[in-house]
Amino acid sequence: MTRYDLLWIVVKVGAAILLFGMNIAGLLGWVERKQSAVLQDRIGANRADIFGITLLGLFHPIADALKMLTKEDFEAKSVIKPLHAIAPMIAMGAGLFCLAALPYGGTVQFMGHAWSLQPIECPVGVPLVLAALALGVHGIVMAGYASGSNYGLLGALRGAAQMIASEVCLASSLAGVLFLYGTLDFQQAVLWQGAHVWGIVVQPLAFILFLTAGAALTKRTPFDLPEGESEIVGYHVEYSGMKFGMFLITDFMESIVICGVITALFLGGWLIPGLDLAALGQSATPYVPLVAAALMLASFTFKVLALLFLLMQIRWTLPRFRFDQLLDLGWKNLLPLSLLNFLATVWGIYLWR
Amino acid sequence: MTIATPDRGRKTFMLNMGPQHPAMHGVVRLVLELEGENIVDVDCEIGYLHRAFEKHAESETWNNVVPWTDRLNYVSPLINNVGYALAVERLAGIEVPERGQYIRVIASEISRVTDHLTCVGASAMELGAFTVFLYLIKAREYLYQLVDNLTGARITTAFTRVGGVKGDLPADFAAKFADVAAKVREAVAESDKLLTRNRIFMDRVEATGVLSKEDALAYGITGPFLRSTGVPYDVRRAHPYLVYDRFDFEIPVGSTGDNYDRYLCRMAEIEQSLRIVEQALKQIPEGKHSLAPAEMKYAYELEDMGKHGDTELIQKYSAKVDQTLDGMGRETFGDVRAANRWATLPAKEQTYTNIEGLMNHFELVMWSWGIKIPPSEGYFAVEGGNGELGFHVVADGGDGPYRVRCRPPCLFIMAALPKLLKGSMIADVIPTFGSVNMIAGELDR
Repeated sequence: MTRYDLLWIVVKVGAAILLFGMNIAGLLGWVERKQSAVLQDRIGANRADIFGITLLGLFHPIADALKMLTKEDFEAKSVIKPLHAIAPMIAMGAGLFCLAALPYGGTVQFMGHAWSLQPIECPVGVPLVLAALALGVHGIVMAGYASGSNYGLLGALRGAAQMIASEVCLASSLAGVLFLYGTLDFQQAVLWQGAHVWGIVVQPLAFILFLTAGAALTKRTPFDLPEGESEIVGYHVEYSGMKFGMFLITDFMESIVICGVITALFLGGWLIPGLDLAALGQSATPYVPLVAAALMLASFTFKVLALLFLLMQIRWTLPRFRFDQLLDLGWKNLLPLSLLNFLATVWGIYLWR
Repeated sequence: MTIATPDRGRKTFMLNMGPQHPAMHGVVRLVLELEGENIVDVDCEIGYLHRAFEKHAESETWNNVVPWTDRLNYVSPLINNVGYALAVERLAGIEVPERGQYIRVIASEISRVTDHLTCVGASAMELGAFTVFLYLIKAREYLYQLVDNLTGARITTAFTRVGGVKGDLPADFAAKFADVAAKVREAVAESDKLLTRNRIFMDRVEATGVLSKEDALAYGITGPFLRSTGVPYDVRRAHPYLVYDRFDFEIPVGSTGDNYDRYLCRMAEIEQSLRIVEQALKQIPEGKHSLAPAEMKYAYELEDMGKHGDTELIQKYSAKVDQTLDGMGRETFGDVRAANRWATLPAKEQTYTNIEGLMNHFELVMWSWGIKIPPSEGYFAVEGGNGELGFHVVADGGDGPYRVRCRPPCLFIMAALPKLLKGSMIADVIPTFGSVNMIAGELDR
């Protein structure tokens, strides 16, 4: 690995986090307002403007960020300061790290060099992402514990229990599909889907299970128990300013990561049906690989956005679960179903061959 | 950095819910003793919105209490207005003209719908179904516009007077109501689709906050809360007042007395209330007092005519008055107000144009004159949004009440709340407390 390769990885990771993650997270803040407004017969965000141009409220995320950054960072007396400060960083850092391991595109030939569009190419990318996602809960538990508030503590307890319940199902629902692909690498999984068929066709149950467990992991309605605004206000009850904003972004980041994983493993990643992007990326014709790279990125982003739209739609339609009902759902329904799915897949493959 | 661990032997911890808490509508405080997420003990503290309504009423004249009743249950203020006016009229022995009674029924039932819409919507929102809340609040807004059209205010209606209502129905009210009713039905149907068979919603509300029939009766609970346990007690049917005995409506009852039944009861009652209003608008008698369409003139012009002695001419015209006095002209006045000169203000034309009317007006509005009700006392109950809303009024012969006692329906439900919550989880506080539909203005008075 040359130092230029290393630089390229740094550029890719930076782009994944700053261009892809942060932008979509900001956009999600807007989508959340505007989509819910359309759903609920309201107008929604339309006030923030730059020289009188409102652009359908698209400047609201910017106004939000400015507000969060300039607000007082209030700390109650009961707060355990170092833990209180480090908690949002852990939660957000875990989400950001996952972004760097997603396959945004394949490999393209340009200027006599092969450029991979996946920031961190790791042969065990899938477990890496799942492990990093699970790390995020430490931030929540820490935040709730360090708040010195009973509400925060309850939120942390709920967060921890919910995370374990959804995490187990998250991994086990992927077992079948990964067994089928015969790889733990995102890029290989995408290529398998390109060579055969998209994961959602062969593993529809796993798709639904993963989507449900993933939605539970993102802590958004109907799974927003750790926040449960009208019940316990949540683990971030003692947070304000940008520290609170970081928790907010974390939720969006986790949504993006979950949608990215689903895209990569079930919806063919950066593939476009009917178009051999992998071959185009290797084409000797000048600039064709560049076009292929752009199409890969666009395809991946489009699929992620479509899934995020679906998650938002669910978020504004369903009421919230109760704590014990969510654990029942995770442990008694999702987990057995995903194990069953895994067994069926293994037997299916065994009999097929 | 110290971590306080005062008592290691204690297995439970205290959680202070309220008075400032997103789910504690208005202000009420629940002190929960928790064991993890399970509630071991509940202490319910009320009184944060005490405004001394009853004491205040003692220093007001009979009619001046009406605006204070708006602030009792502020999501169905018209029922409070009607309940208070009926209680005073029972003491005074005043009979309201039929058209006035129908208008009171229409106003009450519209208010009942807004009450139920608010309750169901707010509970749904607190359970996370924010969209349902906005659908129902949108429907409520249409009804508020109708109420605004009728009374001149959305919430602070002050619509009734001793002996009648402020004014007649505005023009095209029936058509406007038909339009609004269609919109309300659509919103209710949408919410019904989103909630009633929704697995998550059913899991949250079924078998939570269960109250037995016997307990409900023992606590003195009325309204949808009682009916959900299977007791078909409705003041409108049990002790018919106004013209309620002339309508065909059902009293929805539940069977299990849980939050789900209460939700279903309220949803069904919305439809029944709309039906009552539709029937009332069909049955309502035409105004007898409406003259041939008179030409409008400003009140001061009529006054000038009177000064010139053109009393014959005055009769041809109707007074153009301030918008807030709409419906108080002589064309409609006699239809909606009792014809008791000692209790009912004269029509505005009379006040502005002749000395008898003016004197009558002043005798009723001057301090220490007003309506004199002989010493007596009485209780009158109407069916409020939450149950039996009663007013016990004592008269001592003065121009105002000696004592007004309000029986707020949700006080009795709040008394039973700890019993409902004990042994459930924190998350169950939300639907159970939501189904109480506690209105702090009415609870604390």
